[in-house]
Amino acid sequence: MKEKPDVLQGTLALMVLKTLDVLGSQHGYGIARRIEQISGDLLDVNQGTLYPLLLKLEQEGSIASQWGASENNRRARFYRLTPAGLRQLQAETHDWEQTAAIIARFFSVKAEDLA
Amino acid sequence: MKVLKRFFVRLANLASGRRADDRLHEELAEHIALQTKENLRAGMSASEARRRAVLKLGAAEVIREHHHAEQSLPFFENLFLDLRFALRMFAKSPGFAAIAIATMALGVGATTAIYSVVDATLLHPLPYPQPEQLVRLVDDLPGIDARDAGISIPELQDLQRSGIFQYVSIYGFGSVNLTGCAQPARIIFKPVTPSYFAILGVAPQLGRTFDPHDPTLGFNLEVVISDGLWKRAFGADTQILGKTLRLDNDAYHVVGVMPAGFRDQGRTAEERNTELWAGTGFAAAPAPDPARNLRLRLETIARLSPGQSIAAAQSHLDALVASLKKQYPADYPEQSAWTVRIEPLSESLVGNVRQSLMLLLGAVGLVLLIGCVNVANLLLARATARAREIAVRQALGAGRTRLVRQLLTESLLLSLLGGIVGVSILLGTRKFLLPLVPESLPRLNDISINWGVLAFALLVSLAAGIIFGLAPAWLTSRLDLTGTLRQEGRGSTGSPQRTRARRALVVGELALSLMLMIAAGLLLRSFWELFRVQLGFHPEHVMAMQTWLPVPNDPKTDIYGTASKEATLLREILRRGRTLPGVEGAAIGDMAAFPLGHGRDDRNRIPLIREGQVVPDNRAPLIDTAIVSPEYFHLLGMTLLRGRIFNLEDIESTPTVAVINEAAARTFWPNQDPLGKHFKLRSTNKDWTTIAGVIADARTESLADPGIPQIYMSIYQRRAKDLAIFLRGQLNPAAIPAQVREQVQAVDAELPVFAARTLDDVLSNSLSARRFSMEMVALFAGTALLLAALGIYGTISCLVSEQTHEIGVRLALGAQRAKILEMILRQGLGLALTGAALGLAGALVVSHLMAAVLFGVSPTDIATFAAVTVVLTSVALAASYIPARRAMRVDPLTALRYE
Repeated sequence: MKEKPDVLQGTLALMVLKTLDVLGSQHGYGIARRIEQISGDLLDVNQGTLYPLLLKLEQEGSIASQWGASENNRRARFYRLTPAGLRQLQAETHDWEQTAAIIARFFSVKAEDLA
Repeated sequence: MKVLKRFFVRLANLASGRRADDRLHEELAEHIALQTKENLRAGMSASEARRRAVLKLGAAEVIREHHHAEQSLPFFENLFLDLRFALRMFAKSPGFAAIAIATMALGVGATTAIYSVVDATLLHPLPYPQPEQLVRLVDDLPGIDARDAGISIPELQDLQRSGIFQYVSIYGFGSVNLTGCAQPARIIFKPVTPSYFAILGVAPQLGRTFDPHDPTLGFNLEVVISDGLWKRAFGADTQILGKTLRLDNDAYHVVGVMPAGFRDQGRTAEERNTELWAGTGFAAAPAPDPARNLRLRLETIARLSPGQSIAAAQSHLDALVASLKKQYPADYPEQSAWTVRIEPLSESLVGNVRQSLMLLLGAVGLVLLIGCVNVANLLLARATARAREIAVRQALGAGRTRLVRQLLTESLLLSLLGGIVGVSILLGTRKFLLPLVPESLPRLNDISINWGVLAFALLVSLAAGIIFGLAPAWLTSRLDLTGTLRQEGRGSTGSPQRTRARRALVVGELALSLMLMIAAGLLLRSFWELFRVQLGFHPEHVMAMQTWLPVPNDPKTDIYGTASKEATLLREILRRGRTLPGVEGAAIGDMAAFPLGHGRDDRNRIPLIREGQVVPDNRAPLIDTAIVSPEYFHLLGMTLLRGRIFNLEDIESTPTVAVINEAAARTFWPNQDPLGKHFKLRSTNKDWTTIAGVIADARTESLADPGIPQIYMSIYQRRAKDLAIFLRGQLNPAAIPAQVREQVQAVDAELPVFAARTLDDVLSNSLSARRFSMEMVALFAGTALLLAALGIYGTISCLVSEQTHEIGVRLALGAQRAKILEMILRQGLGLALTGAALGLAGALVVSHLMAAVLFGVSPTDIATFAAVTVVLTSVALAASYIPARRAMRVDPLTALRYE
């Protein structure tokens, strides 16, 4: 069984946290839909991958879950961000932005700039 | 933090067996339902909408597996699965499991037992704070061949002032009469300089120890007593402090009681059992007046300053010695080459047992190794039987590492179970095992199964499990899949690799056994040689018991102050002794005359000054001396060669005479008739002693050394305080001690009589340490031989069952049954001879390593090597014979029908 690369794993976790931050309480399908909508085809992952990740985040205490009624009026598991998850999201957002800024600056450098 | 939290949640899930499978199932169903609805809304057909939804979700099984792995700890879960499976396997073949566990129990149990002894003696020899700072100082005079020659008081003061050590103390060791209680008792005691306890660093449970800076020259009349003596003689009286006790008729008062666990340091078991310590400066009566060249027969111990290394202290000390030699050239003549060496105190306590313990640890390690090899062999044999199971598992997709892991789990479980059984048996039988350990072992009472020893047992078990499990697991997992599965119904022949591995293991096992057996054989020969040496005296029917005449600090109060006064007492004791039932003869000697019953070191030897040779004491050779009554030689059956032995006319007022042994004559009066020659013991003696007789050498000093020069003096001419009474005859060992005590105390009620034993017992005790290591190594060698026999039996059995088909064909084609027997036996013999050849090479190395513990037999003793090889080969052949007979009886029809 091939594991997802770490970067993708970490990114996916960040996406889940952000989604929950924006949408509030949400079930697994809702999170998957939201990530799909925003990332488009760029992130072509099996939606099922989400569930082990949700369990991991829950066990780490970043998110919590409880049963609720879905649009189908059936039982669905709803996930929400915990205060710890919010702190983690903020910290990781900051890190991510910093990394992205550095990488962006790197790519914008041209050969003549270094001369 | 997060990682830890996640780990604990997963651990809790694992422990509680909680599973989220249902929840995931429901979530996924809802997910698909929602997605299907979405797809329907996008205009797909019902079936297409659902198909797309399922596809988009991904493989449900994989998700479930990941989800489950996330939920719990797969490593542990697999471990539990493997353990459960292993237990089921053991339950299915209980015979195999029992043999493997018993083998490991034996190996681990025996190794742990020996290790517990090593742990107590070699690893933790000194039960005192900062033991690494404790050292012994040894004065050597190599120029006159004197080692450990003792120290003088001015030297002690130099050492104390030198600043090299925190404290330096000298101490004696002996026994003293404790009187004033119900029965005069002989107490093991040490006169020590006051800093003794400051060096050991142990506080008393009651009162105080001596003031390390007490300047008293002689006895300060303070004593510290042991917990044992306190309870035994004083009923654990808490008001004991300040009370007076009489020791050798002098009054002392108790200042402290040592704690219950305290044991003194010392070279012998007896010394470590010291019960009373008296403070003294050794610089006033009864000690002689201090002089720089007067070496006292005392031990010196010291505590180094914190952080000081022995090497650094030694170099400071060397400088001190050099400057003292320059300052006092008359006292330290160039020829004697005085040196003082520092050795760790632990070394001087365990030095003599290190070799035998290391030998035992090596032997038991070999047994463990052989046990491992045996179990590895068993596992390989089982691997053949389990080949199909393994192949099926592989075919179903089990990875190789997963298989190795499972097989390793099995072997680790086996060895852990074995270890647990072994240690449990050890704990259960400890009471019976401890008495087997010779008493001479230091810290015998401290041998225990503590956490350190348990950790060692665990480590050994794990290591053993890996050693014997890894190779079989590796080989087993390397199956030829299709080949194995295709051999439907037929006894699989096992891969050639595995057969090779099994043969190699058996060869190794045989080689290791041979090494152990040769070690045991050589020890046995040594013991036998020692046992049947010509003693030169007859210990049979002789009982000895000790008494002690008090030595008061003031010589004027000594009622046995002259040889004549003492002679009256001794003659009366002997006269009364001869009247006891069964007694045919009686003699008295000092402890130095006690055959094999006394410690012997250079401090008990005296400078010998021969007439015509003008040398100071510190350049004269040292000689062993014993003081005996005239009956001694006859009683012990020692042969007079020339001249005469003592007679009743040799008394204090007549010129002193001596009897010497042949070795002394040979060494000190070579090529001349020693009779009539004159000598002095110490140059300070005024009178010359005349040699009156020469007796044959006897091994009274050491069983191993026949020719130790010895001078005997008459007890009626030269006093002795530490006395042994010897009685010969048809004696009742149970009654004699009380009868002798009664007779002695009828003469002087203050005299103790103690330590009664037969000379046969003394002789056998002097061999006890040797006997112990010999018996243990022999036991281990026997075990090894048994294991090796089982190993070769198993391997040959396996070969036979693998070759049943071939044998059937041969028989069908007309082969003689005897030929078949020969064919199988030849395979067994081949293994045995290869093993023996390797083992002989190993044994040569081992036997040279143990040369120091051998006696009367060369490390390459041909007879031992040959005999052991023959025994091993015969046992191997016998073990192969049983399966070989089975091979011979194979019915060709049955064998071929199996096809």
